[in-house]
Amino acid sequence: MARSSIISHPLSRRQVLKGGAALGIGSAAAMGLTPAWANPWGRTNVYAQGVEEGPEVSLAIRRESLPIDGQEAQPITINGTSPAPLIRLKEGQDAVLRVTNLLDEPTSIHWHGLILPPEMDGVPGVSFAGIAPGETFTYRFPVRQNGTYWYHSHSGLQEQLGHAGPLIIDAAEREPIRYDREHVLLLTDWTFEDPMSVFRNLKTMEGYYNFQERTIADFFADVREKGFSQTAEMRGMWAKMRMSSRDIADVTGSTYTYLLNGHSPQENWNALFKAGERIRLRVINGSAMSYFDVRIPGLKMTVVAADGQPVQPVPVDEFRIGVAETYDVLVSPEDDRAYTIFAEAMDRSGYARATLAPREGMQAEIPKRRQIADRGMEAMGAHGMGGMDHSNMAGMDHSGMSNMSGMDHSGMSNMSGMDHSSMAGMDHSGMSNMQGMDHSTMGGMAAEQAKIGANGLLLAGEAQPGSRYDQAGIGIDPDERRILVYRDLKAITPWPDRREPGRELELHLTGNMERYIWSFDGKKFSEVTGPIHFVKDERLRLILINDTMMEHPIHLHGMWMELENGQGELIPRKHTLNVKPGERVSALITADAEGSWAFHCHLLYHMDAGMFRVVQVS
Amino acid sequence: MKTKHYLTLASAALGMAAATTAQAEDGYDAPAGWPSPVVEHPMTTVRVDRLEYASPDKGGDALVWDFQAWYGGDFNRLYVEGEGQNVQGDGEDAEFESLNLLYSRLIADFWELQGGIGYQGGIATNDYPERYFGVISLLGLAPYRFETDLDLMISDEGDISASLESEYDLRLTQRLYLQPRTEIAVAASEVKEFGVGEGLNSVRVGMRLGYEVTRRFAPYVGAYWEKEYGDTADLSRAGGNNTEDTGVVAGVRLIF
Repeated sequence: MARSSIISHPLSRRQVLKGGAALGIGSAAAMGLTPAWANPWGRTNVYAQGVEEGPEVSLAIRRESLPIDGQEAQPITINGTSPAPLIRLKEGQDAVLRVTNLLDEPTSIHWHGLILPPEMDGVPGVSFAGIAPGETFTYRFPVRQNGTYWYHSHSGLQEQLGHAGPLIIDAAEREPIRYDREHVLLLTDWTFEDPMSVFRNLKTMEGYYNFQERTIADFFADVREKGFSQTAEMRGMWAKMRMSSRDIADVTGSTYTYLLNGHSPQENWNALFKAGERIRLRVINGSAMSYFDVRIPGLKMTVVAADGQPVQPVPVDEFRIGVAETYDVLVSPEDDRAYTIFAEAMDRSGYARATLAPREGMQAEIPKRRQIADRGMEAMGAHGMGGMDHSNMAGMDHSGMSNMSGMDHSGMSNMSGMDHSSMAGMDHSGMSNMQGMDHSTMGGMAAEQAKIGANGLLLAGEAQPGSRYDQAGIGIDPDERRILVYRDLKAITPWPDRREPGRELELHLTGNMERYIWSFDGKKFSEVTGPIHFVKDERLRLILINDTMMEHPIHLHGMWMELENGQGELIPRKHTLNVKPGERVSALITADAEGSWAFHCHLLYHMDAGMFRVVQVS
Repeated sequence: MKTKHYLTLASAALGMAAATTAQAEDGYDAPAGWPSPVVEHPMTTVRVDRLEYASPDKGGDALVWDFQAWYGGDFNRLYVEGEGQNVQGDGEDAEFESLNLLYSRLIADFWELQGGIGYQGGIATNDYPERYFGVISLLGLAPYRFETDLDLMISDEGDISASLESEYDLRLTQRLYLQPRTEIAVAASEVKEFGVGEGLNSVRVGMRLGYEVTRRFAPYVGAYWEKEYGDTADLSRAGGNNTEDTGVVAGVRLIF
């Protein structure tokens, strides 16, 4: 797709009308006649669960019986639906959101990704006291941004019960994106188990939900392929660390039904279009625990926004969406046929699916599911492999490691201080099959010296050594199709604060998988003695170092994180950063939001297990 | 006097476990009365590793159990664990080889150090001699994924003994597992009443093939071999008992 057709240009009158319709302007009158969900074409913003139009919205939260995937279930509903209705606000409005708690326990709503006053952020114990049963809390805040966001409970494990919905903010001014129709695609993971049982299972039995562990058959298959000694060596390393290379998702399709707009793959929710239209898909990962790889076989997708913020268009075949992230993509189906929207769980234990179709009741072929991948060196690197003797690895064939392109030296987080003199005699000749290995971070060491600013810190926007922004992550074969990586994300124009960071704050993402303890810097929330302090209006660099072998979607409330992915002044900004195993990533933050804010891993059970901090800006 | 001492130990353990449920203060200026944004969840779990019917080659059939229950949080837990058997048709009640009440502290990622009291004998029966122990135990997952439980015991008579149990789960399919298991007992002094000799007492090696119908319910079949050594074997011979035996078992692993 040519970029010029997407990016803002003077418009014809016809396009303006079209754009207006896409934004919902002018269609309000038609809306009054039938409820949004009753019209198969909806308005142009079809969302299966109905729409609540701002600026004044009333929401009632209940626990009620609703079928999910055809089975009796007890989700938490908002205004009668689960997932919750689409809330549509407009930039520049003063939103008034009255939330009534009809549960028998306290609840809350957090507006994920919104920049708002701290007391309106909806985190019990940080922003406010929570909403007691029977009580109505009125959120009031000025809407100062636009794009695709979502909202969800921040109380206990309620989010797992379907207490989440999309939040779309229409732009006050013309957006740089043109489209004829939009669909909101909310991905969630539903379990018929009680969320507290899920948590208990994770706490008391490691690998409870993993039914894709390596077996003796995998061992013999590897022996046939790679020989005994290499296989034994590889398995030995994992066994020695007492970890599983198949530990990719803590909670899997063995208990989850993956839903798209509340519908299971069998129910096959339909998103309708007319051939030749350009469609904006607002994809939100509202899951508790599941990363998805999203693609629409037969269609190229053009990524135009990440976490609600516009980015320069990136044409891709597939994108990975971490928990709590949002991506906006444009698709232009030319043919009058059905296309499968396929969102495969990262551990390949299941998928969510819907169909993009010109008429209701259609379906297209469901792609063949991929096999679970084994984690490779990059995850081990996270576990103190720095001290490992690499001489044993001389004969190691890395070709069998599915994610070998994912290898780098991220475990060596402090390359600048590293003494290489002792490595002179190191023989790499035995490493016969290392072409997939990424030495880019090492190669960049000399160049990095030049990228240091006057204050001795890396210049703003430069990628940290140990980052892997050019890789999508585990289970992805980059040669198979074009997949979005963080390196691709580039802002349309520079964000206002162009200051160099005044200081760096380093946080390690840590955990004990055997005990299911998750933490920052080795301390879970109940062990830390104070908040993380940001000085009001300072510009700082937050460095996140993942010492675990799991991905963590790290979410900062109240302020943007500008992801230093090497795009210089076109630094993209996000509310949730996916940090891969062993990776070191950084973000610039303008600490302009006075008050207390939550900062946590957005995997629900990681957060509840203690991977949570309070950031205080003062 | 002795009993009083045990009670103190037990209540101390309980107190420490309870302390873990309390919240540390994060120190940010949240008004009193606001809840903690993240709540700790102390838990209870019961794991009946073996509940099996054993049919030895020489000795009498027996119902055998081995369970472990704990209450607590991530770092501090209170354990009740027991192993024992009821030999069928011998006219005697069940015998607990061990019944321990332990306070447990996580000391490394994969290791818990435990301390408390132990009991050996019958429950509500006079069929067996009884004794109490002070127990120190190291429980955890050794490199290469060996489940390991090393117990060091000092009896109320001052006799010292130790046991090492280790097992490994080999995954044949996602639900079928093969579990080799060993148990080695040693003692520093002879205790005739309990058939304990000085030095290496006994070695038991078993293999179980289980099927996880669910993670919490796994029936299994298996076989074992056991042999007594040295003074312990001599004591058995003197009592007219076997010093070496093999057997088959059928049972179930349960987790609540």
